[in-house]
Amino acid sequence: MAAGYAATRYVANDYYFYAAYIVLQYVVIATAWNILGGYAGYVNFGSAGFYAVGAYTAAILYQLFRPPLVAMIVGGGIAAGIIGLAAGYLTLRVKGVYFAIATLALAVVLETIVNNWDYVGGTRGIYVLHPHQVAGFANYARLLFFAMLVLAVASVVLARSIERSRLGRGLAAIRDDEQAAESAGVPTLRLKLFAATLSGALMGLAGAPFPYYVSHLEPGSAFSLAIAVNAIAMPMIGGATSWVGPVIGAVLLGGAQQIATVTISSILNLLIVGLLLIGFVIFAPEGIVGLIRRLWR
Amino acid sequence: MTEPLLCVENLTKRFGGFVALTDVSLAIAEGERLGVIGPNGAGKSTLVNCISGLLRPEAGRVYFAGGDITALPAYRRARLGIARSFQIPRPFRSMTLEQNLAIPRDYAAREPTDADALLAQLGLGPKRGALPGTLTQIELRKLELARALAARPRLVIADEVMAGLSHAEIDEMLTVLLALNKSGITILMIEHIMRAVMRFSQRVVVLDAGRKIADGAPADILADKEVERAYLGA
Repeated sequence: MAAGYAATRYVANDYYFYAAYIVLQYVVIATAWNILGGYAGYVNFGSAGFYAVGAYTAAILYQLFRPPLVAMIVGGGIAAGIIGLAAGYLTLRVKGVYFAIATLALAVVLETIVNNWDYVGGTRGIYVLHPHQVAGFANYARLLFFAMLVLAVASVVLARSIERSRLGRGLAAIRDDEQAAESAGVPTLRLKLFAATLSGALMGLAGAPFPYYVSHLEPGSAFSLAIAVNAIAMPMIGGATSWVGPVIGAVLLGGAQQIATVTISSILNLLIVGLLLIGFVIFAPEGIVGLIRRLWR
Repeated sequence: MTEPLLCVENLTKRFGGFVALTDVSLAIAEGERLGVIGPNGAGKSTLVNCISGLLRPEAGRVYFAGGDITALPAYRRARLGIARSFQIPRPFRSMTLEQNLAIPRDYAAREPTDADALLAQLGLGPKRGALPGTLTQIELRKLELARALAARPRLVIADEVMAGLSHAEIDEMLTVLLALNKSGITILMIEHIMRAVMRFSQRVVVLDAGRKIADGAPADILADKEVERAYLGA
């Protein structure tokens, strides 16, 4: 993080901060997805919904109070966490593909609400302009980059500590066999609700600085298909059973997408992700982490 | 007579229009070995699921160690001391044997569990670091049993732990179960294999089409006309 801050002082080109922000944002999103999807085995197709809840909560707070960035981030995380808990309560009783469909529906419902809500600009979107100057940083883009770096490190540390705890082992038991886990004393519903809440909250944290990043927040970019797809693809490609997987996936895929956006075309991005995902699902279902482990043995 | 450890009263369970259990009652004393037999579809597994908490009955009550547990979720029952094995082994496949046992040890056991000793006791010691995918049928069944025991239960429900095993393996399994019972654990054995149940059980309950049709000593059960009819359809 110190190196990240140093970079904000000495790297001249602003573009790098814009690009790194997106990659770091995906580290948070992929890590968040993996807590429910990788550890507990519940595939969430609605990540963009939680991300957008974070972004729009920040936008609403901005409209109301013009609070500091930290308050917007915390607010976005809490709101998305509550949505995660509520959605979990309603949907975690259904398994497999039904759960996935329910999360997809949730994102659609949320997008429909935003589209028809004038206070946040409806389909036209809303301007959320960041302050001009900020102490300690040359410009606001650099502050946003640093904020996202902090969030990324924090979420990875959190995911890693969960993975190695009793809680993480309980989630793994749910993933392997839910009824067997329940019969072995694991409070499956409570653990799943915890994972859904935390996963949603982290996605909300990732989305909260986004209005400042884009200045003009509209539903199309907040509920972007790219977020929903990347949230799944990055942990799957990196390896979903360990905290390293989402990080590897986010850095590789996120980085490749940033390069492709500049050098080839921004439309080809999702195609690349899709092809990679198919390739990994077929040839290396345990992702890069699984591949490395297999070669190691 | 002392209060039974487990008491099932007038249990009825329906799946849509199909009645899987009708008004079934039974009791097990602390330290007893009870066998439950019955033809396919008699409701044996449904009974296990209602006792362990994976299914909720439409009517009737379940008492354990004096308390009403009818409304408790399965994990709470596990923590009270009811452990079960599954008919088709359901290990945690991404975990080693040792890690498999760590789940009930961490989540259900009220006293410390020595997972290594348990694995050794069941002859799985050398495999403690292996993944379940590499085990043979009997080893998987033993793992089911070991995982149930790692919860330090007072009652073990062994749901067809011997299905598909050879004669020698059945004998081996029976020796293990008898030793467990001797150490004070109450055992409810759900089984298809007559020879094994009759040898193991002090008392046998017979289910047929969701009803209890007999309850008594193994010798009496073998002589029971209704049981014979249920099994042979005569």
